Amino acid sequence: MSLGSNPLRDPQDRRMPRIAGPCGLVLFGVTGDLARKKLMPAVYDLANRGLLPPGFALVGFARRDWDDEDFAQVVHDAVKEHSRTPFREETWRQLSEGFRFVRGQFDDGASFDRLRETVEELDEARGTSGNHAFYLSIPPESFPAVVGQLKDHGLTAGNGAAWRRVVIEKPFGHDLASARALNNVVSEVFPAESVFRIDHYLGKETVQNILAFRFANAMFEPVWNSNYVDHVQITMAEDIGIGGRAGYYDGIGAARDVVQNHLLQLMALIAMEDPASFEARNLRLEKEKVLSSVRIPDRLDLHTARGQYCAGWQGGQKVIGYLDEDDISDASNTETYAAIRLDIENRRWAGVPFYLRTGTRLGRRVTEVAVVFKRAPHLPFSQTSTEELGSNALVMRIQPDEGVTLRFGAKVPGTAMELRDVNMDFAYGGAFVESSPEAYERLILDVLLGDPPLFPRHQEVELSWKILDPIVDWWSTNGQPEGYSSGSWGPPSADEMLARDGRVWRRP
Amino acid sequence: MLIDLTDTNASKVSAALLQARLRAGSPTMGMVLTFVVVTDEANHEQAMADARTVSTEHPSRILGVIRGARRGRPRLDAEVSVGQGASGETVLLRLSGELVDHAVSVVTPLLLPDSPVVVWWPTDAPQDPASDPLGQLALRRITDAAAATRSRTEILRRRSRHYRPGDTDLAWTRLTPWRALLAAGLDQHPVRITGATVEATHGNASADLMAAWLRCRLRVDVELRTSDGPGITKVALHSRHGDIALHRPDGRLADFTIPGEADRPVALQRREVAELLAEELRRLDNDDVYQDAVQVLAMSGRGSKRKSAQVPPSESTAPTSVRVAKQTSTRRSSKAPTGKDSTRKATSS
Repeated sequence: MSLGSNPLRDPQDRRMPRIAGPCGLVLFGVTGDLARKKLMPAVYDLANRGLLPPGFALVGFARRDWDDEDFAQVVHDAVKEHSRTPFREETWRQLSEGFRFVRGQFDDGASFDRLRETVEELDEARGTSGNHAFYLSIPPESFPAVVGQLKDHGLTAGNGAAWRRVVIEKPFGHDLASARALNNVVSEVFPAESVFRIDHYLGKETVQNILAFRFANAMFEPVWNSNYVDHVQITMAEDIGIGGRAGYYDGIGAARDVVQNHLLQLMALIAMEDPASFEARNLRLEKEKVLSSVRIPDRLDLHTARGQYCAGWQGGQKVIGYLDEDDISDASNTETYAAIRLDIENRRWAGVPFYLRTGTRLGRRVTEVAVVFKRAPHLPFSQTSTEELGSNALVMRIQPDEGVTLRFGAKVPGTAMELRDVNMDFAYGGAFVESSPEAYERLILDVLLGDPPLFPRHQEVELSWKILDPIVDWWSTNGQPEGYSSGSWGPPSADEMLARDGRVWRRP
Repeated sequence: MLIDLTDTNASKVSAALLQARLRAGSPTMGMVLTFVVVTDEANHEQAMADARTVSTEHPSRILGVIRGARRGRPRLDAEVSVGQGASGETVLLRLSGELVDHAVSVVTPLLLPDSPVVVWWPTDAPQDPASDPLGQLALRRITDAAAATRSRTEILRRRSRHYRPGDTDLAWTRLTPWRALLAAGLDQHPVRITGATVEATHGNASADLMAAWLRCRLRVDVELRTSDGPGITKVALHSRHGDIALHRPDGRLADFTIPGEADRPVALQRREVAELLAEELRRLDNDDVYQDAVQVLAMSGRGSKRKSAQVPPSESTAPTSVRVAKQTSTRRSSKAPTGKDSTRKATSS
């Protein structure tokens, strides 16, 4: 009897949740922040929602001198502190029987022998059936070592129908060459469909919301082109500084950290044509088409801007400047703010600039896509009555309060004909007892189910680097980024950059 | 923003809603449905609290309808609240006198335009929800056999004879995690199931539905046994290789059994009403799988299922499935209570 003929399953039965099949998750980098704050709680929340198989196993791999109980305690503390759903003893019991810890180092073959034994023991005792996902929550420099060891110790291929998958976090390299090198390392060992690249900034829920908004409605698509759209602004702003990320951030900067993956992915989703279906392959195809039609500005000095935050006040707190942060050299020319103009050369978007900006220590934490429309070709009103009237805009708010805002003109009540902009808001429902999943929950569940649709494949990563590399190269040869005061909306050069095109940044 | 209205009518309530919404700064944009809660003075607080919890996931206008005494002159009192920690609008309507029988006249003007209506009876519900005047307004009618205060044992079976697309019962919603785990068990160990056992407290409506669902999907005899609960304590699918089973003695943690493997604990806690409602509201189209199960339940006469527990073992292997298959085909060809059966596929597995 094949799986497809399980008589208890019915495609009509959409109430029934998809539970991952028997499997285990091997976590590299269990001592890291991400593992404790996001991954372990996400695993627990999945279990609490009944989406993990009864025999699920979680293996931790790290240098620490721990045994299984110590590891369980670490997970326990992480879950208690950070999980989204309430702590339940019975869920914990279900999970904790599958905890294993392997002490080891990435360059030590014996550690990986132990890992292999552990995995085999789990197949036997927990019924994980040889299905394992390896989550590399470790710096990219260690990827080659770990992936190589996995291969050498026969951990990368399951027997028969069993699967092995690998999850890697952004950054996917720091330029085209390193991205290719990284890809070569991973793809040598794992086939493309077993590699899951995770960009936690761009949760699946958000992507699906955008797809639904664009392609399930009749009223937006007709105006979604250069006939009506004046320009598009994509913003991702953080109110905090780099904090403890100095080691990673310095030398990488805002553009590589956020624009390459997050903002370009958002742009691709906003600009792409409708896919033949929402299957992984078709979605990627459309996104790749957009990314390969992108043209960067000829004059990078006029159409890009970068900045570095200075000391000042942010949200009522006195904060230090980037150069004063721990472990940052006084001469660092890493940008903490980046803004670029991109043009998409196809029939739909010719002449419509896409302005992408990101930064840390800005006014507030917000991610949004604003589609700004052209002014009405003729306004049958007097000059004075339309003075306060701006452009129509459709804003997709991505965080913190996911939703859609429509901005349009309306008459101010009264006898005078006076027009002013008003906003119409829609918010996605959201926070509920146990249903609205956290991004990592969906990511991990997708990995365990083998459901990759929205993860970028390597081609997209390469295309993004091709767009960004020349810009970052040019910046690196042109001195210091311009300072901007913490808590503001970026350096003056960013405003000048839009002013040159006769436009202004929206205050998000 | 709270507004109390005494001795009022629907258009004054409408006006109060508008006023409250404007004063609260329009926190109610994006309401997706009208949620009518038909309750009584004793139960309305819990029911309205549950409805408000659900409205954080499904922003809605909640209309609580309290049917008071039929004595005295017709009278409507209302409490309108907007904001107050819920993401939609809430109106509590107290009906008394002759008006008790004409709740529709109050509810109709207060429905959100052009969006679905869901009616929920938190405790006692009409036997034929789709013919109830309030039920007729709704796309989805939610009952809860387990919360009925009268004749609980047979209530679902009797109601199932009146089943119409759009009817649903929380007794079914409660089964979702069980069903998912059983299906996962069968995924892991794909064997031919020869029979099944469901153990629950006496007259447990969810257990009846579970048995009906298994019978319908697996086409085997399902034995129903009485246990001390809480709720369902065990579901076992029998096969030549052993049982695929879920055993939950304490209402919280279950043992998951698969032939040839060690038992594993799996969390299977009983869920809060608000969670069940949220699952219910996630889809408002007809639940075909529930329809199948409920029709099997409707066909099984009073107590006939208990008798099947006494079928001698010799009969419960091959011949049984033949007999059950026959029973199923009768169900298909007989005039279905919904009249929609003919459009469904002839076999389901």
